[in-house]
Amino acid sequence: MSTTPTLSIFWTHAKGSIRDLTPIVLVIGLFQFAVLRQPPDGAVELALGFVIVVIGLTFFVYGLELALFPLGETLAVSLAQKGSVFWLLLFAFLLGFGTTVAEPALTAIAREAALVAAADGAIADTDEARLRYVLGLRLTVALSVGTALVLGVLRILLGWPLPMMIITGYLLVIGMTAVAPADIVGIAYDSGGVTTSTVTVPLVAALGVGLASSLRDRNPMTDGFGLIAFASLTPMIFVMAYGSLITWI
Amino acid sequence: MDLIRSAIATVVGTGANVLPIVIFILGFHALVIRHPLPHFRRLLSGLAFVILGLGLFLIGLEHALFPLGRVMAAQLTAPEQLVGTIHSAAAAQDWTAYFWVYVFALMIAFATTIAEPALLAVAMKAHDVSGGTVGVWGLRVAVAVGAAIGVSLGCYRIVTGLPLANFIMAGYVVVVMQTIWAPKLIIPLAYDSGGVTTSTVTVPLITALGLGLAETIPGRSPLLDGFGLVAFAALFPIISVLAYAQLSVIMDRLRARRRALAERENDTDSLEEN
Repeated sequence: MSTTPTLSIFWTHAKGSIRDLTPIVLVIGLFQFAVLRQPPDGAVELALGFVIVVIGLTFFVYGLELALFPLGETLAVSLAQKGSVFWLLLFAFLLGFGTTVAEPALTAIAREAALVAAADGAIADTDEARLRYVLGLRLTVALSVGTALVLGVLRILLGWPLPMMIITGYLLVIGMTAVAPADIVGIAYDSGGVTTSTVTVPLVAALGVGLASSLRDRNPMTDGFGLIAFASLTPMIFVMAYGSLITWI
Repeated sequence: MDLIRSAIATVVGTGANVLPIVIFILGFHALVIRHPLPHFRRLLSGLAFVILGLGLFLIGLEHALFPLGRVMAAQLTAPEQLVGTIHSAAAAQDWTAYFWVYVFALMIAFATTIAEPALLAVAMKAHDVSGGTVGVWGLRVAVAVGAAIGVSLGCYRIVTGLPLANFIMAGYVVVVMQTIWAPKLIIPLAYDSGGVTTSTVTVPLITALGLGLAETIPGRSPLLDGFGLVAFAALFPIISVLAYAQLSVIMDRLRARRRALAERENDTDSLEEN
């Protein structure tokens, strides 16, 4: 792939983007006309928006192959060649922590969670208390994703079995659910899903696969994947622990 | 020219989100690895495409698809839409009154999952790594089917008010059982596919659906019961991807058995001829 994109490459990507977005348009169109029986307002703006979405997705996928995948993979291979487990784990932790703490979806869900906690009397119903709760929750989730990537990288290095670790995680989630205050459970379960963003996922996937392919005796398919699974499991455990601590103390 | 101004603002905002990650990775590389990165200029232009692309993607969604999806979720869950079927508070509790909500949940979750760029990225990677055994399109459809079933089941849970934890635990039991029998090669990828479904496109729409439902149904609080749909959308793709892999193994076995039978028949035929 050359640095200067040719129109034909873009057209190939754009066709893929159109195909990917067609289902949404069909579903919304179907419901608009068949069930709700109302024509949508502002059809021109809708069409314009759809064109922008297609261009955006096309650019993103193009940049993905050009930058995000190589970046994740190069880092993994260089760190593996350097042979320092410390730097590799530090990198994994900081990548997980850093990409999560600023994640807009997480901030949004943390604000909702603060309202629940305030309504329930777990924290004082003041702006200051809520802000502190939001920050605490964001740091908790970021810490959990950092920990997840450290665990995941250790697993790739040492060849630990993934199913055993994930099942242990499930047991922890179930155990914490029994102990944690009821209001935090829904938020904790959802926080597992929102941490893995569109930019983080390709980087983390490339990191795992790159690391597994640069180690002998590791299969990139069975050892390279699994990092994202950890990153969507640990937030549930950590958030329920945070909710319990806030309520009890 | 409101659109242009907000487009610029969104692209700048996306840059502000992505740049710290990029600076961290480049800084880490410069300080720890101390080799120049290969194809540095290509990387930079690729990053520009990522930021510009994601920014445009978000602005387009925010201007065209999200408002429509949100209005639709609100209309479908509004009491007036259900007026023909609901005559009393008791009828509002009846889960069958929300038929179109489940259908909408099923279809919109499928559609938004197919459009999810993070899932596309993982599918591309899996296709590469598996040497083509895992198809980009097959994996995405398997994940989207799981998300669709998960989200509509999640809507059923909000309507009935059954405890979230019971559903999730039941899901975990199924995942553990499938892990025992599913082909080893697919397990890590299946576990990963739970996390990637719930991202830029899916979360805003299904959150709107959950909040709308929790507001309409008597006895539900949006703050307490509106949560949980994302958890469903993150759990069920694991089950559907494992099931897809198990099904392909079973189909392969059946095909092999049929072929073996056919060959044996051919053999006996030729023996009889002799």
